[in-house]
Amino acid sequence: MSEAILTVAGLTKHFTVVKGFPRPVKTVVKAVDGVDFTVAAGEAFGLVGESGCGKSTVARAAMRLIEPDGGSVHFAGQDVRAARPRALIALRRRMQIVFQDPYSSLNPRRTIGRTLMEPLEVHGMARGAEARSQAAALMEEVGLPPAALDRYPHEFSGGQRQRIGIARALALQPELIVADEPVSALDVSVQAQVLLLLKELQRRRGLAFVFVSHDLSVIRWFCARVAVMYLGRIVEQGPVAEVFSRPRHPYTVMLRDASPIPDPSRRGVLPRVVGEIPSAAAPPPGCHFHPRCNRATDICRTEYPRFRTEAGHGVACHHPHDAA
Amino acid sequence: MNPFLKRMASNPTTSVGVVLCIAIVLAAVLAPYISPFDPLDQHIIDKLKPPSSTYWLGTDTYGRDVLSRVLWGARISLVVSVASISGALLVGGAIGMVSCYIGGRADLYIMQVMDVLLSFPSLILGLIVVALLGPEMINLIFAIGLTAVAPFARIARAPVLSMKERAFVEAGRALGFSHIRVLFVHILPNILSEVLVMATLWMATAVRTEASLSFIGLGVKPPIATWGGMMRDGFDAILDAPWLSVFPGIAILLLVLGLNMVGDGLRDATDPKLAG
Repeated sequence: MSEAILTVAGLTKHFTVVKGFPRPVKTVVKAVDGVDFTVAAGEAFGLVGESGCGKSTVARAAMRLIEPDGGSVHFAGQDVRAARPRALIALRRRMQIVFQDPYSSLNPRRTIGRTLMEPLEVHGMARGAEARSQAAALMEEVGLPPAALDRYPHEFSGGQRQRIGIARALALQPELIVADEPVSALDVSVQAQVLLLLKELQRRRGLAFVFVSHDLSVIRWFCARVAVMYLGRIVEQGPVAEVFSRPRHPYTVMLRDASPIPDPSRRGVLPRVVGEIPSAAAPPPGCHFHPRCNRATDICRTEYPRFRTEAGHGVACHHPHDAA
Repeated sequence: MNPFLKRMASNPTTSVGVVLCIAIVLAAVLAPYISPFDPLDQHIIDKLKPPSSTYWLGTDTYGRDVLSRVLWGARISLVVSVASISGALLVGGAIGMVSCYIGGRADLYIMQVMDVLLSFPSLILGLIVVALLGPEMINLIFAIGLTAVAPFARIARAPVLSMKERAFVEAGRALGFSHIRVLFVHILPNILSEVLVMATLWMATAVRTEASLSFIGLGVKPPIATWGGMMRDGFDAILDAPWLSVFPGIAILLLVLGLNMVGDGLRDATDPKLAG
């Protein structure tokens, strides 16, 4: 593994909700509760989990688009959480984000050209005709005609808008891209095209990715390593092939079995998914997963399992499935 | 034709409103050229004459031509309402946008102050300010502007609330844009139409407030012609010489009606749900 570009340790983000009248009740939602992971330069790292497990919050907190409450984030050796505004702007230039919803991620009143040129001008990287030619080059890089620079977002389809969002993220020549469910709002056929584009960009530009998705097949195809999140914590982490072919955490097993591989020779009985994801405001005591787990014993109900790593494959479980 | 203008023009009520407003603006601008007499000239011999071929709308107790005074009075109404609403739009709009963008406690407190302002009836608030500062035109503008600051803060705040949750605002932050840039370059153009629509409707309110203040003697000082002041002057003789109060009253009615029609039309035309 090459040098780490993003190191996240003990990251926490709690949201406080005050509700009720006349006596307000304060609830603390531990959206992210002690998350550790490392992304190497040029590596695609996946974050997977059900909706509400905090994966998008992790992605945003790592960029300080949401201010984290605890833990540390280092980007290329620099402390992101301690960065002063000017330094933070310089850091953000090197890590960009691609959003899930291609409809709200572009300003409806600005042409594509202005959207792509603005970051270049704000950062003093290019102006006027130079900025425009760079914007045109970005459009070509994401597979759109440069002539479309003078058009408005509503003239494009979802897939095209997502390409524009990617072009905007690339404008500042970042080293890391946080992709927050970048294809889940798109049609399946368009998903494949956008994923291919991201893969191509990763190869050509040597980009590292933090790829957030709930879709295992997308993560399996795109990422080298993956972390599985459940209620604000990482429950299993390791190389994608390892994690999905020999999952050790019962939750990962459940996720994998819920996302079958379309192959008639691997026909099997679909397991029943037990229960709903509990509320992050009131997680179950002990291991958060125990109410849905078929291997749960008494210890799981009282004590959160420690995260143990063997040969790059880590799991937080009292009764993990056997390693290979 | 621009689809927005097309939607505006397709609504007959809006077209009537636009015509009314344009006519009144023209009357105000061209008053020195089209009014048959000087609005301050006293034709004592012809005092209290009913409408005739010489004095189309009659004359008042000093023998001043009512038509000329109505035309000149349009200037006061328009200047006061445009100036006060522009000021309220800038100040109130900025307060609402910034307050909402900052959010949290600051937003809560700022908007509570605005709610206190909002709880004063605009006429009472205008009355207090003019009574304190004196009946000058500039004070009148300030007083009416003040009554509209809080509404504009509220009006500007609502769309910012939804805009700041859009991903493109977050994208701007991720791209290293300053808060000022995000707020004024990215959010502002997206909320402008909503705020401008309300400005048109509030202009009508400003016209009414100005007329009301003039009516109770707190408007621009006589002998300058104002519609509210003319109504008050004619009020004592309403049974003998109804034209003194009725014609400035009709002028107020037409301007307020026109502004409301235009405002409603603008609102409908900018409503994305009606976009066809």
